[in-house]
Amino acid sequence: MSSTEDVIMAIPRELTQNPLRKIWMPCKNGLPEKHISQKRVCMTNCPTLIVTVGLPARGKTYISKKLTRYLNWIGVPTKEFNVGQYRRECLKIYKSFEFFRPDNEEGLKIRKQCALAALNDVRQYLSVEGGQVAVFDATNTTRERRATIMRFAEQNGYKVFFVESVCEDPKVIAENIVQVKLGSPDYTDRNTEEAIQDFMKRIKCYENSYQPLDENLDRELSYIKIMNVGQRYLVNRVLDHIQSRIVYYLMNIHITPRSIYLCRHGESDLNVRGRIGGDSGLSPRGKEFAQYLGRFIQDQNIKDLKVWTSQMKRTIQTAEALGVPYEQWKALNEIDAGVCEEMMYEEIQEHYPLEFALRDQDKYRYRYPKGESYEDLVQRLEPVIMELERQENVLVICHQAVMRCLLAYFLDKSAEELPYLKCPLHTVLKLTPVAYGCKVESIYLNVEAVNTHRDKPENVDISRLPEEALLTVPAHY
Amino acid sequence: MNIAEDNTEQCGNSLTRELTQNPLKKIWVPSSKNGLPERHIGQRKVCMTNCPTLIVTVGLPARGKTYISKKLTRYLNWIDVPTKEFNVGQYRRECVKIYKSFEFFRPDNEEGLKIRKQCALAALNDVRQFLTDKGGQVAVFDATNTTRERRETILRFAEQNGFKLFFVESVCEDPDVIAENIVQVKLGSPDYTHCNTDEAVADFMKRIKCYENSYEPLDEELDRDLSFIKIIDVGRRYLVNRVQDHIQSRIVYYLMNIHITPRSIFLCRHGESDLNIKGRIGGDSGLSARGKDYANALGQFIQSQNIRDLKVWTSQMKRTIQTAEAVGVPYEQWKALNEIDAGVCEELMYEEIQQRYPLEFALRDQDKYRYRYPKGESYEDLVQRLEPVIMELERQENVLVICHQAVMRCLLAYFLDKPAGELPYLKCPLHTVLKLTPVAYGCKVESICLNVDAVNTHRDRPSNVDVSRLPEEALLTVPDHH
Repeated sequence: MSSTEDVIMAIPRELTQNPLRKIWMPCKNGLPEKHISQKRVCMTNCPTLIVTVGLPARGKTYISKKLTRYLNWIGVPTKEFNVGQYRRECLKIYKSFEFFRPDNEEGLKIRKQCALAALNDVRQYLSVEGGQVAVFDATNTTRERRATIMRFAEQNGYKVFFVESVCEDPKVIAENIVQVKLGSPDYTDRNTEEAIQDFMKRIKCYENSYQPLDENLDRELSYIKIMNVGQRYLVNRVLDHIQSRIVYYLMNIHITPRSIYLCRHGESDLNVRGRIGGDSGLSPRGKEFAQYLGRFIQDQNIKDLKVWTSQMKRTIQTAEALGVPYEQWKALNEIDAGVCEEMMYEEIQEHYPLEFALRDQDKYRYRYPKGESYEDLVQRLEPVIMELERQENVLVICHQAVMRCLLAYFLDKSAEELPYLKCPLHTVLKLTPVAYGCKVESIYLNVEAVNTHRDKPENVDISRLPEEALLTVPAHY
Repeated sequence: MNIAEDNTEQCGNSLTRELTQNPLKKIWVPSSKNGLPERHIGQRKVCMTNCPTLIVTVGLPARGKTYISKKLTRYLNWIDVPTKEFNVGQYRRECVKIYKSFEFFRPDNEEGLKIRKQCALAALNDVRQFLTDKGGQVAVFDATNTTRERRETILRFAEQNGFKLFFVESVCEDPDVIAENIVQVKLGSPDYTHCNTDEAVADFMKRIKCYENSYEPLDEELDRDLSFIKIIDVGRRYLVNRVQDHIQSRIVYYLMNIHITPRSIFLCRHGESDLNIKGRIGGDSGLSARGKDYANALGQFIQSQNIRDLKVWTSQMKRTIQTAEAVGVPYEQWKALNEIDAGVCEELMYEEIQQRYPLEFALRDQDKYRYRYPKGESYEDLVQRLEPVIMELERQENVLVICHQAVMRCLLAYFLDKPAGELPYLKCPLHTVLKLTPVAYGCKVESICLNVDAVNTHRDRPSNVDVSRLPEEALLTVPDHH
């Protein structure tokens, strides 16, 4: 074929493999071009503005925070903007419900200003700071307010998705007030009775002007209406992938009190020898831990406990000692260290010093050759998280990297912190949702084990000396 | 620590069973006395409900109930939930050999009502057999079920048998949608083989009318204790009530992601790779010269098809990305589309696998779907990792997926409803594009060979799969390579 032929043919670009993530990208002169998209969750072209709707004490902030935590964990940069916070910054001192009276001109003015200030920060986040999703958490109970927000979204090219929470169950509302309102900065100087009284009057201020999302009037909007804490949902016009994921997530969460227990398998033979990965069995101390774990679980007297393990021998051996049925999940398998499987850190430094340095430079995104990254782990653990949300009391017996990922989800840890979270052997973490977050209790079961935690060394440069690389390797046999 | 005679270890106060690794699936299971595996404790399966589920469609004729039933059944079977649909219309056709006219469905036709009730009960009987005797997990009861009375009957049936109930109602008043529905699936129905189009349409519209007066849609108030999803206007709006468990949650998610907008899905493999030529499996090699030719031909083919808003997806392996590069449009890399991980057999030739791992090679031939390579994956694992890809394919419109042999087999099996036994042997040759277009209740397949030579990588199941077989018997079906 001569070069003068007018062939409409793309000239395939040469490919080079990014050394950190092992992604193949087109390159020019051996240097990578801006790489074409690796599958990211949110393939919308424009940012999304999630807008909560509902009377006070309907769980809007609970939903906002939880959703934000979930989206960030799966890699979608998300931030919540709570208008109540803006109001507190503006007003400094909360006197009483009177502030919220619909005839309080001054109050209305301030509240509107706060909403606009929050929207301004939303714009900053989505248009300037690279955010993908913003959650605008306020009552937004009038059609007028929502119209303002929609105009704002239109002007800025954001998609809008409403999340309305409707609930008339007095018990749910009362529990809500106890859990999150009594402790609010608004009520630090009140006793419980006073606080509840005031808050109920506050709710009343909104009731008359509340215009719920309407099947007919709002038929062009994209929204989910959550009724009675998830008993029923109305979903309208889901526009894209991220909205579909949000709906699925919201439909799987619940507020029934429960606890999630996370722990690793008992100490393994490879652990003892300072080797990573593999599929070895428990060491004698590991077996002892398994026994102690069984007793611990019995003592806790947990209602309908589900036990999950990975498909690796060491977690299953650990579960066997509990004497209760357990479910094996391949998705809970330890991170695949590829060519580094079963090596000691000293050997990795010797055979793959470049890889070892890259890993220290960006432990979250670093993918082992023919293996996985923490980023890959999170993607494979997402169905586990979704099912954990659906379940009640669960004990997850897993592995160091896996446990770090799950913990980061529950405790809202960033990608930078995640790979360095401390998850020592023979220690159970009991997570109990409370208020807007998670209470953590750490229970060390008093069976000794090697330390497998390797801190980030000071020198992460590829030019570093072996000693510098191996400085933080924990002791082993 | 003592190892007691019955092969358990005595440690502390309780006995821990020894574990043995199932040679096929590489799953660790407690072993009994003789080192043989006991019935293994639950491997993660999708449907962890303790009781079977009965899905019941609700809606006027031509609202997509059968479309939904078949599609849902296909999806659930693919993700390994044994599911079967029971179409009451089918039972009616078997009972009333010849369909005369809509008069059969008139609400005042006593004889008709009697037959229709019998058919419903016959279908429910088969449902019971499937769920209770034959190990089925989900049954889809596909009929109009438009009256509260009929649904009561079904409720009682489910209660008596310990089945969970989930209703799927389709409500639609858009005349265009209904008309298109009639054209797509009713005109070709056995009921209308002897009518011309106009007659068929006229009769069917009257049939719909027969149901309209007695139609009692699921009601937010009256039916607030039932578990259901109400699909309004082909997915514009959904009402979801009382989702009880994991499988219902998955069903709802699936139903909320499917659509009926016409589109095509193009499936193909990467161009021939260097390892392909050498007869080696797996790895991450680049395209051979012929593979590059194919990539260019693919680019030309795609352009000539003039596809609206085509999305292109690849795996994260070099050979699919190289192929996409030649197409010259933006593409998205999915790790989930990576080829099956052959573990210790990566980059080996079949001859070498036979030499080094003859037992593994035989086990694979015995059950290719469930067989997991040591330190690798099985087709069963592949399906689980491809599920989000399928979900996103359902959401999308025109998509070209450039992937790999085992992956393409899994995706194809989903679209063409192929069971686990056939899936690993589906023919997905190099340099051939499959164009899948949803039509009626299924998928039209067009196979387009782009006329660039390539090695054959398809290995049929040999006659002898026994562990004791000779090497020659094992290697009988290995395709040629250099």
